[in-house]
Amino acid sequence: MIDPYKIRSDFPMYHKHGGKFGDKPLIYLDNAATTFKPYAVIKSEEHYYEDITANAHRGDYSLAHEVDVAYEKARKTIADFINARTDEIAFTSGDSMALNQIAFGLGHKLHPGDEILLSEAEHASNILPWFIISQRTGAKIKYLPLSDNHVNLDEVEKAISEKTKIVSLAMVSNVLGYLLPIKEIAQIAHKHHAIMVVDGAQSVPHIKTDVKDLDIDFLAFSGHKMLGPTGIGVMYGKRELLDDLPPLLYGGEMNARFKSDGYISLEEPPLKFEAGTQNIAGALGLEAACEYLNQFSFDEIHAHELKLKRLAIEGLLANGNAEIYNADNDTGIITFNIKNVFSQDAASYLAEKGVFVRTGQHCSKLTPDLIHTDSTIRASFYIYNTVEDVKALVEACKHAEDFLDVFFD
Amino acid sequence: MSFSIKDPMMMREIILDNYQNPRNFEEVEDQRYITIHMDSASCIDDIYVYVLFEDGKVKDCKWSGKGCAISSASTSIMTEMVKGKTEEEAKKMMAEFNKMLANEDYDEELLAEANCFKNVNRQPSRITCANISWRGLEKAMNEEDKKHE
Ligand SMILES: Cc1ncc(COP(=O)(O)O)c(C=O)c1O
Repeated sequence: MIDPYKIRSDFPMYHKHGGKFGDKPLIYLDNAATTFKPYAVIKSEEHYYEDITANAHRGDYSLAHEVDVAYEKARKTIADFINARTDEIAFTSGDSMALNQIAFGLGHKLHPGDEILLSEAEHASNILPWFIISQRTGAKIKYLPLSDNHVNLDEVEKAISEKTKIVSLAMVSNVLGYLLPIKEIAQIAHKHHAIMVVDGAQSVPHIKTDVKDLDIDFLAFSGHKMLGPTGIGVMYGKRELLDDLPPLLYGGEMNARFKSDGYISLEEPPLKFEAGTQNIAGALGLEAACEYLNQFSFDEIHAHELKLKRLAIEGLLANGNAEIYNADNDTGIITFNIKNVFSQDAASYLAEKGVFVRTGQHCSKLTPDLIHTDSTIRASFYIYNTVEDVKALVEACKHAEDFLDVFFD
Repeated sequence: MSFSIKDPMMMREIILDNYQNPRNFEEVEDQRYITIHMDSASCIDDIYVYVLFEDGKVKDCKWSGKGCAISSASTSIMTEMVKGKTEEEAKKMMAEFNKMLANEDYDEELLAEANCFKNVNRQPSRITCANISWRGLEKAMNEEDKKHE
């Protein structure tokens, strides 16, 4: 069982400030945007800066060797976390960079008339790189229809054909939090020889991800949404696909040698994708985040988040003034509006009560067509959220129509 | 003027009224108007400001689009305030409005109904909502100036 009260003592954002931000209890419900970091993650970054600072893969001295060992050990821990091999994961600055590396790397396989299949619920980071690739190659973008926000496998069968070369989907959407049957979709994609790319930004932190079991070809995720540092993320790719994937960035450490006539011989994956000095502290921090999460099972984490979400939905429905768009989803993301109140007005009012939620289209500007609203409020839970957090959210929403109160005495 | 900055209830009403019944709310296609589109990644507001300049004056000012209560009401009030004013007068209002949002001394009388937004800076993230259309007007003025360079 997840004990969020105990967990909080591991997180300085709670522990160091007595559970408050300013003079109010800290009710942080924007975990889909980013998460707090446990001491273990911060310590691990500190360890690099305080005890073993040197560049990786560069030095002949013992200190540099120690960094290499630590950096590659981090790679191993993180690879294990998603059941990948160490030569199949490259560090990136985050999910966005990983998706850009994948899209720009696969561009050379595409021709006019080919199709790239996305969904309308994708984050900008899983749409815009494909737009550019589509413009450059003449491949067409198609969108998987989402009926009632769920993916129907018959629709997937219909949407994928021999023309489909790439299917790129978020396992969990950041707006509505629905969990896609990625394993089944990957099977259908593979039947048609398409490459299956998964945006794991919202799933890897919350749901057991086994790349071998899912049999996906590529996966992207960010450290900062799973208790890790900002500025570090991962691109997973099946080894034979990585061999065939040109790097997005060129520079030091990713080449074995080059000559003045333009000849370059690249390092083997994953190093060929890691041009320039890497975020070494970030990699060690992400390792610590994986280790921290490893003390729980994803079933526990998921059950905790779902419990909080159900409570929130019950409370909001009892309040009577909320419109909820994803009451039946499978994750700890709840997307709603207060009737007749613009989302930003409501969220500012909640902020005044110390309840921090996100508003907007959540970078997924195509979704409004799906849920027929311009913008929404999103509350998203993680392991350190408590029943009291949910109560505070529900209580604060009760009178959100009075959002102008904040500005008048 | 019956309006009083001392009366919070009234100021609330003015904001709500301008939000629910926006003034000068109309899409403009007339090419003589300068159209400024105000939107950003960080904010959901998606507001168009249309300004018609003539003889150094803001002959007309309209707006369309979507935004929160603060940005919508502030835009509505701004269009009422600047219509018919000289560019200089409008600039002066803008300067006073910005001073108000920055918590500096300002000319209350000049700002009339825009005084409703006096306390918006209690939520710093809302300052950009309150001044969105004023920033749009400033852009429109710059474009108008360029025409005459
Ligand atoms: C589904 C999804 N994809 C991609 C991203 C982008 O992640 P990052 O900003 O860490 O690169 C996010 C983050 O908001 C997301 O939720």
